Amino acid sequence: MISTLNLTLKIWRQAAPKAKGKFESYHISGISTDCSFLEMLDILNEKLINEGKEPVAFDHDCREGICGMCSLYINGRPHGPDDDITTCQLHMRKFKDGATITIEPWRAGPFPVIKDLIVDRKAFDKIIQSGGFISANTGGTQDANAILIAHDDCEESMDAAACIGCGACVAACKNSSAMLFVSAKVSHLAKLPQGKVEATKRAKAMVAMMDELGFGGCTNTAACEAECPKSISISHIARLNREYLCANLMD
Amino acid sequence: MAPFINSSIGKKVIMSLTGIFLLVFLVVHLGINMLLFVSEDVFNAASHFMAKNPVMFVLQHVLALGFIIHIIYSLITSYLNMKARPIGYAVIDRSKSSSWESRNMLITGSLVFSFLVLHLINYFFKMKFGDVEIESDFVLVTDLFGVWYYTAIYIVSFILLYLHLNHAFQSAFQTLGLNNSKWLKRWKVIGTIYALIICLGFISIAACFFARSIV
Repeated sequence: MISTLNLTLKIWRQAAPKAKGKFESYHISGISTDCSFLEMLDILNEKLINEGKEPVAFDHDCREGICGMCSLYINGRPHGPDDDITTCQLHMRKFKDGATITIEPWRAGPFPVIKDLIVDRKAFDKIIQSGGFISANTGGTQDANAILIAHDDCEESMDAAACIGCGACVAACKNSSAMLFVSAKVSHLAKLPQGKVEATKRAKAMVAMMDELGFGGCTNTAACEAECPKSISISHIARLNREYLCANLMD
Repeated sequence: MAPFINSSIGKKVIMSLTGIFLLVFLVVHLGINMLLFVSEDVFNAASHFMAKNPVMFVLQHVLALGFIIHIIYSLITSYLNMKARPIGYAVIDRSKSSSWESRNMLITGSLVFSFLVLHLINYFFKMKFGDVEIESDFVLVTDLFGVWYYTAIYIVSFILLYLHLNHAFQSAFQTLGLNNSKWLKRWKVIGTIYALIICLGFISIAACFFARSIV
């Protein structure tokens, strides 16, 4: 049996980056519990367009939880009331009939609102550009096992590389800190021999850029880890701290 | 060194190192206070040594510096962290993602600080700079525990300190990078045990001497 929901949506509307924004309430009915959260917003937008109103702008792309494009701060939590998922993987069965759902954009100084629920996450690209890469030309694909890597290191590197750069860590953190993102990017390279060569240089450059962009500092609340759709561990933050501390001690 | 200290991680390292220094101080302080249970003479001798010995005189200044740096940097980092989110959220639900004490270190820290001021006025200045030579530090301490509202403030302060320390301990090691997926859980358990021992230790002294005063 398919059950349906009647909902009140409180959505942040802001016409332009500098425009003054405010919450608008919308009533929507007959939403299937099998519907995804973004599909529900699609239904709302179709209704708004048919009424001749401006649809709600929100980010989305792959809709299968791998691109990191969808954001949304739903009822006080990034990606809404479920664990280890992106907003596109959130289902309406997580909400009760008659509920009011508050939908806000990511809030952080370095993530300014572009329109409605869309924020500018170029700050993350700038951090990557400052050092989140390997500068050696590695040539063609090597034979497997030409460079031996311990299984644990390989696994930990892959766990960090699961970061999709969605920004939920920044949105969840009370300090708007980007430490989980930066640490994941530092970790997934530092754990592999190809990336280890530039590990200290990379940590210093990326932290400097993170600070310059105005992200807050880490106070180890671990909210980022809990809200991360890829469950990236704060043990990577410890590694970043260690890399950064050692890099500065060696100077 | 300047770029390091001015970086967000550098500031946290300073918080962490001064914090660990204060964690050690609490152990020493509790150790001496436990002598209250031994005898009046032993406590008085220890108290006198701590107040008048030249080595302790130097260490007291280091300790004061530790507190001051820890507090100043907590204010600086808190200010910068608040500035990082100029527009806040309308609805926030952090109950599922982080602990209350980890989010309210500034509040628990400030309240513990106000207790510290009261504590310094009540004991430290009297023992160290008092015009009238105090006959017995033991009597000074135990008399005050006879005042019910002082004992109540004392106990509440140590509950707040417990909340502060419970997050502080593991956080300090995380900030120094002395952590990994295995030690994350271990530091948390060790931190909770440490915080419990410290706070129950101090509270037991207050409660015990209050109980003696009314019997």
